[in-house]
Amino acid sequence: MSGASAPVRALAGARSAVGQDGPDGAAPVLEVRDLSVAYSSGHESTTVVHEVSLRIHPGEVVAVVGESGSGKTTTAQAVIGLLAENGSVTAGQILLNGTDITAWSPKQLQAVRGSRIGLVPQDPNNSLNPVKRIGDSLGEVLRIHRWGDKRAIRARVVELLERVGIPDPQLRARQYPHELSGGMKQRVLIASAIALDPELIIADEATSALDVTVQRNILDLLDELRAELGTAILLVTHDLAVAADRATSVVVLKDGRVQEQGPKDEVLTAPTSAYTRQLLADAPALATAGRRTLAEAERIVAHGAGARPTLVVRDLVQEFSLGRGRDPLRAVDGVSFSVQPGTTHAIVGESGSGKTTIARAVLGFHTPTSGSIAVGGQELTGLRGEQLRQLRRVLQMVYQNPFSSLDPRQDVATIIAEPLTNFGLGDRAGRAAKVTALLDQVSLPAGLATRRPAELSGGQRQRVAIARALVLEPQLLVLDEAVSALDVSVQAQILRLLEQLQDDLGLTYLFISHDLAVVRHISHTVTVLNQGRVVESGLTESVFTDPAEPYTRALLAAIPGRLAPAGLPQEPSA
Amino acid sequence: MTESRLLEATPMLPQVAEPVPGTPALPGSATPHAQPRRRRGGRIRVTEVIPWLVIAIVVAWAALPGLFTSYGPTAGDAAAALQGPSGEHLFGTDATGRDMFTRVVYGSVHSLSGALVAVSVGLVLGTGIGVIAGSVGGFVDDVLMRVVDVLLAVPTLLLSLSVIILLGFGTVQAAVAVGIASVAAFARLSRSEVVRVRRSDYVEAAFASGGTFFNVVRRHVLPNSLTAVIALAALQFGTAILAISTLGFLGYGAPPPTPEWGLMIAEGRNYVATAWWLTTLPGLVVVAVVLSANRISADIARRGRA
Repeated sequence: MSGASAPVRALAGARSAVGQDGPDGAAPVLEVRDLSVAYSSGHESTTVVHEVSLRIHPGEVVAVVGESGSGKTTTAQAVIGLLAENGSVTAGQILLNGTDITAWSPKQLQAVRGSRIGLVPQDPNNSLNPVKRIGDSLGEVLRIHRWGDKRAIRARVVELLERVGIPDPQLRARQYPHELSGGMKQRVLIASAIALDPELIIADEATSALDVTVQRNILDLLDELRAELGTAILLVTHDLAVAADRATSVVVLKDGRVQEQGPKDEVLTAPTSAYTRQLLADAPALATAGRRTLAEAERIVAHGAGARPTLVVRDLVQEFSLGRGRDPLRAVDGVSFSVQPGTTHAIVGESGSGKTTIARAVLGFHTPTSGSIAVGGQELTGLRGEQLRQLRRVLQMVYQNPFSSLDPRQDVATIIAEPLTNFGLGDRAGRAAKVTALLDQVSLPAGLATRRPAELSGGQRQRVAIARALVLEPQLLVLDEAVSALDVSVQAQILRLLEQLQDDLGLTYLFISHDLAVVRHISHTVTVLNQGRVVESGLTESVFTDPAEPYTRALLAAIPGRLAPAGLPQEPSA
Repeated sequence: MTESRLLEATPMLPQVAEPVPGTPALPGSATPHAQPRRRRGGRIRVTEVIPWLVIAIVVAWAALPGLFTSYGPTAGDAAAALQGPSGEHLFGTDATGRDMFTRVVYGSVHSLSGALVAVSVGLVLGTGIGVIAGSVGGFVDDVLMRVVDVLLAVPTLLLSLSVIILLGFGTVQAAVAVGIASVAAFARLSRSEVVRVRRSDYVEAAFASGGTFFNVVRRHVLPNSLTAVIALAALQFGTAILAISTLGFLGYGAPPPTPEWGLMIAEGRNYVATAWWLTTLPGLVVVAVVLSANRISADIARRGRA
C-alpha cells in the first residue's frame, strides 16, 4: 500500500465506525467519515445520505444493505467520485488509505478509479460497449492507466479472463458482448475491476440481475479473489441474505441514515434497531416463520383431492419459430401439472426455463404447439375470440412490473373497474362501490381512487394490480414474478396480502417465480423447471427439504442465506 | 430486469423512498439529460413564450386584420409605389403601391387556414393508417406500410405538385396537396408509437381482463401514443406554411392578387435588387412562424417524454 499516510485515529466524538481495527491492526483501505450527500434540483437541495461512516480493512467485505431509496448506491458513487452532476458531498470525508480524496478533482479521481478502486456495476447486460470486442473493452482500463504496450495488454487480458474463470479466453477476447451470457459478462466486468490489482472493489448490486446459480458462482469468484489478493470489497446490496453469506461486517441503511452497523454476526443475530429486525423478518431466505408447513400443505391438498382441479396442464409443448430453415425453439417441452382449488402452485426455474411461457399459455396469449390446458374443467386450447374473452372472467393475471402494467393515463378507480366495464357488469354506482370495497381489501386508502399510477409507490401499484385482477372474482390468479420487483419489506407485505386473500376468498394461485425462498414461503405445491422440462414436482416442503434431483439440489444450494449465522431472530413479536 | 433495481441504479433521481407525487418514477424518464431541464422547469422560460406570442399575433392578424392596418390588402396607391419601410408603410410598398404590411396581415388567414387544412388531412389520414397498421399487425401492417414507403420515397414537393395537378389550382387544393404529402410521416410515427404501446404490459393486461380489440385501442393505445403525433402536428404546421408558400411562389396556389405569403415573395423577386423589402420582410414573417411552430413542437415532445 504505497503512499498511505498514517490514518488519523484520533476521532474523539466521532461515531464509531465499522471494524474498529483491522484483523491485524492494519490501516483501513477506505474510511468514510460522517458523509452527507445532497442532490440539488432547482433551488431545492435534498440530502439523501446523512452522516454515514464506515471502514473497510484489507481483505474485508463490508455489505451496505438497504432498500431502494436508502442511499446505498449514492454512498458507493460518492466514494468513487461518480455522483450525478447535481449531487455533491455536503459534509464528511472519504479517506482512501488515509488520504482525503473528498475534495479531489475529477481528473485526480479518474487516476484512482480502476487503478486503486475497481467497480463492478449492477447490470452486466448494458455495462459493456456492444460494438467493442470483449478484449478491447477489458484492455481499455489498462490502456487508460498506461499499463503497458499493446502486446503486454493483450497478454494480460487473456490472463485476466482466465483468472475469472472464462473458458477459452483467447476466443472470448475476440467476441462481442452479445455472444456471452449474463454471468459471463459479469465475469468480464469483474476482470476489468481487478485488472490493475485495486485495493478496493465496489460491487454495486453486482449479482442482482443474475440467476441464483450464476449469482452464487460470481459471489464465490469475488470471495476467492479477495482471499487471494487481499482486496477489500464494498458490497452494495438490497439482499440481506447475500450480505449474511458474504460479508464480514454489515451496514444497514434506511433513508440515508445508518440504522445499525457492526460485525455480521452481531448485526444479524442480535440486531439492535427495529428496522434491521423488520428486514430480517421480511427476508424470505432468512425468515422461517410464516412458511407453509408440510402438514398444512398436505391437509389443504388432501382436502381438495376429491374436487376437480382448478387448472390442469397436460403435456404442454410450446415451440417458437426462429425463421425458415432453422429448428424451432422448444421453450416448453411436455410439462404437466395440476392445481387444486384453494392452493398455491409455484413454478420455479431460472431465466429461460419456460416458466413465463407457461403462464402466458395458461392465459391464452399464445396457442400451445400441443398439449392441453383446462381451467375449471373447460378446455382453453383452441378457444379464440369471444369464447376466450369469456373464459378470462375466471382467469386473471398480476404482472411482474407494477410500473408498466398500469396505464399511466388512467386513475386508480378506472384501472380497477376496467374488467367490469369490459364485461358490462354493474352500473356506474355499482362499479364505484366495488372499487371502494376492493381498495379496502388490498389495504389501500379509498382516497387513492382518483390518483394516477405515477403518484403511487411500487407496492401500492402492485396492490392496485391485484385489485384489478380480483374485481371479476376469478377462480385462478396467475402471478408472474408478482413480487420480484419489490423491495423486501414491500414484498413481505404483498405476500401476506396474497395469503390473506387466499384464506378469505378461497383463491387459487399459479405463482411463477425465480426466487426459491419466496416460493417456499407461499406455495403448497411446486414444479421445478429446467430448460422447458419438469425436473421435479410435489409438495413444496418435501421438495425443498428432500430434493430428489441433482438440479433441484444445486438450485437450492445456491439460495443465498445458507451461510448465514445460526440463531437468526425470528419475526418480531409484535 | 426489475424496475425498482434499475431505478435505484439510476444516479439522477434523488433517492427518496416513495416517488414524489407528480414526478413520474418511470426509469426511462430519469436520463441524465432530463435533470438540468427539470431544474429550469420551475419558471417560465422566455424562449417558450416567444413562439406562442408569434403564433398568437398571426392568429390575431387572421381573425381581425382591420385592427392592425388601415389600408386595404388590394388597394394600390400608384403614387406611393416601391417605397421602403417607413412609419407610414411598415414593410414598404410594392410596385403598384400596395402596403406590404397590410398584405402580410391579410395574407395570414390564407396561410393559417391552409396549414390547418393540410395538418388536419395529414393527421387524420396518417394517424388512421398508422393506428390500423400498428394495432392489427401482420399482413395489413405490411401492405399499409409498403404504401407509406412509396409515399415517403417521392419528394414531398413533387408529390404535392402531382396532387394539385389532379385536384386543380387553388388555396384549398394546395393545402390538401400539402396534407397528403405529410400523410406518410404521420403514419410512420403513429405506427411506431402504437407498436410500442401495444407491447406494453398494461395493454396485455387490458386484453387479459376481457377487453375487446376496439376498446383496448380506444382506451389505452390511442391516448398513450398520441403525444408524439401531436408534437409532429405542431411541427407539420410550420412545414405546411412553408410548403403552401412554396406552392404559392411556384404559382400553384392562390391566383393574384390574393395576398398569399408565397405569392407575395414570388411577385417581389423581380425587384430584389431595388426593393429588398418586398421579398425579405414577408420571408422573415414566414421564417418566424415556422420557427415558432418548430419550437412549440419540440416543447410538446419534451413534455410528453418528461
